[in-house]
Amino acid sequence: MTTSTTTTTTTTATTARASKAATPSLPMLSVRTIAALARKEVRESLRNRWFLFYTVAFTVLSLALSYVSLAGTGSVGFAGFGRTAAGLINLVLLIVPLMGLTIGAGSLSAEQENGTLAYLIAQPLGRIEVLLGKFLGLGLAMFASLAMGFGVCAGVIALRAGGGNASSFLGVLWMAMLLALAMLSVGVLISTLTRRAAVATGTAVFLWLTLVFLGDLGLMGGSVVFKLRVDELFHLSLINPLQVFKMSAIGSFDATLDVLGPAGLYAMRTYGDSLQAVLIAVLIGWSVVPLSVAALILHRKSIT
Amino acid sequence: MIRVEALVTKYGRFRAVDGLSFTVAPGESVALWGPNGAGKTTIIRSLLGQVRCKGVIRIGGRDARRHGKSARRAVGYVPQELAFYDDFGALEALRFFARLKRAPADRAPVILDTVGLTGHGRKRIRELSGGMKQRLALALALLADPPLLILDEPTSNLDAEARASFLSLLQSLRADGKAILFSSHQVGEVQGLADRVLLLEAGKLRRVCNAEEFTDAAGVRCGVKLFLEQEQIAAAVEALTEAGYQARRNCTGVNVEAPSHEKALPIGVLASRGITVRDIEVLTEHTGVGVGQVGGEQ
Repeated sequence: MTTSTTTTTTTTATTARASKAATPSLPMLSVRTIAALARKEVRESLRNRWFLFYTVAFTVLSLALSYVSLAGTGSVGFAGFGRTAAGLINLVLLIVPLMGLTIGAGSLSAEQENGTLAYLIAQPLGRIEVLLGKFLGLGLAMFASLAMGFGVCAGVIALRAGGGNASSFLGVLWMAMLLALAMLSVGVLISTLTRRAAVATGTAVFLWLTLVFLGDLGLMGGSVVFKLRVDELFHLSLINPLQVFKMSAIGSFDATLDVLGPAGLYAMRTYGDSLQAVLIAVLIGWSVVPLSVAALILHRKSIT
Repeated sequence: MIRVEALVTKYGRFRAVDGLSFTVAPGESVALWGPNGAGKTTIIRSLLGQVRCKGVIRIGGRDARRHGKSARRAVGYVPQELAFYDDFGALEALRFFARLKRAPADRAPVILDTVGLTGHGRKRIRELSGGMKQRLALALALLADPPLLILDEPTSNLDAEARASFLSLLQSLRADGKAILFSSHQVGEVQGLADRVLLLEAGKLRRVCNAEEFTDAAGVRCGVKLFLEQEQIAAAVEALTEAGYQARRNCTGVNVEAPSHEKALPIGVLASRGITVRDIEVLTEHTGVGVGQVGGEQ
């Protein structure tokens, strides 16, 4: 046993080269690890009171909406699938973005705030696996929540009013799920930008307000002030995933889109049968791009 | 097991670790010692890939900076305080991490038994005491039977009894051949567990010593406070001074400086003179690397 005194450290040229060259490489992703993390997220979501609140609120409101929707036609009762789906679009436009943004925003930031994320990434896992597991788990939980809302609503209507345009109802459900993923992805991106859950949630709520209210107002105001052409108006509306959802959902049970006015007619005339594919691609882009940016940030970020 | 060369970790412009190099051999136990801000926790965070850093880090022969995931397969990590999902049951948490670490699921109850938590498997983590949580953290670290344990001040939040029990558990793991790297503020923990001690200050390595040299090298003065009958205090001071000890009178007895591994000998000196020691308290004072820190160890 000897004692040695170290005052300076000699760095060899090799070490210096290695030091500069070493950048974290993207590890091979393990499906098993991602699945384990996703299962944990689903389980956590089912215990999350906010998640349960959103689910119950969405289910109750969709039932109420389907009941009320026939009132405008002169009688009271449950409307058919098509009419209810049309009413559900507005409900989805309000609740699903709020749900996706806030749940996504709270995901990584809350875990970073209470130290669980630092503990997780100290394990033999890749950060991208953690991110994907979380995204997948939360996405599945949101799917379950939406499916419950739509399902209960569809079940009751089928019993009371018989079948109807079930395919358009399913179309809206699928679009709602895509919107949920897109909003969840943006929420997760917000979550990687701050380590405080309250800041992340506040940002998510502000963004929700912007997308839901200011988005429409901005488009209307912009078209008046800048005298936007109809093609410019349509392409600007593609920036807002809520507008994209609205167009694709309406398109799933009204193939003409004339309800959207000149912009809808322009879209139909320009894109024809491929319009639905374009809108779906835009929503998928809204899911993939923010999540990829979040992955890049998380990959390089110090987590303590 | 671990090779670190020219490690630099910065928080903004502040160099928390500044050009550090060290190694940990297989089966060796190495302590990181230093005052707050010396860089102990940052070193551990750098090894675990929690913070970005520069330099060379090899764990189990793998480049931990480029291939952190595979390097961390050789590591079991015990944090200062287990931060995990509080509503998980202990056994449930073990099974979850067994899946992540690709350890056999049936190992979970065995490990629970190893760390003395048999019978607590169904308890939620929030229901466990601090000592039990640390044992669970150790169980999680041991799941995949890694050759290396990294512990960040593992007993700092534990009471004396839980600390002694946890330390004994770590000593048995060390005897089983696990390499251990741990940071600590506890003199007894370092003396009881470390083969070598890295003395750190302001992110730099100041000195490396073995456990026997540790108290002198770190400027740690040990001693005992002996509680005596009032009429025997003067005689005790005289007897201890004659025996070569630095003895100082106080209102309840005497404070005696003694080497950390011979703290009980002054009691023998007094006993040989017929002086009864009613109670003792172990004293530790850091005057070297931990300049100005004065603490007591119960």
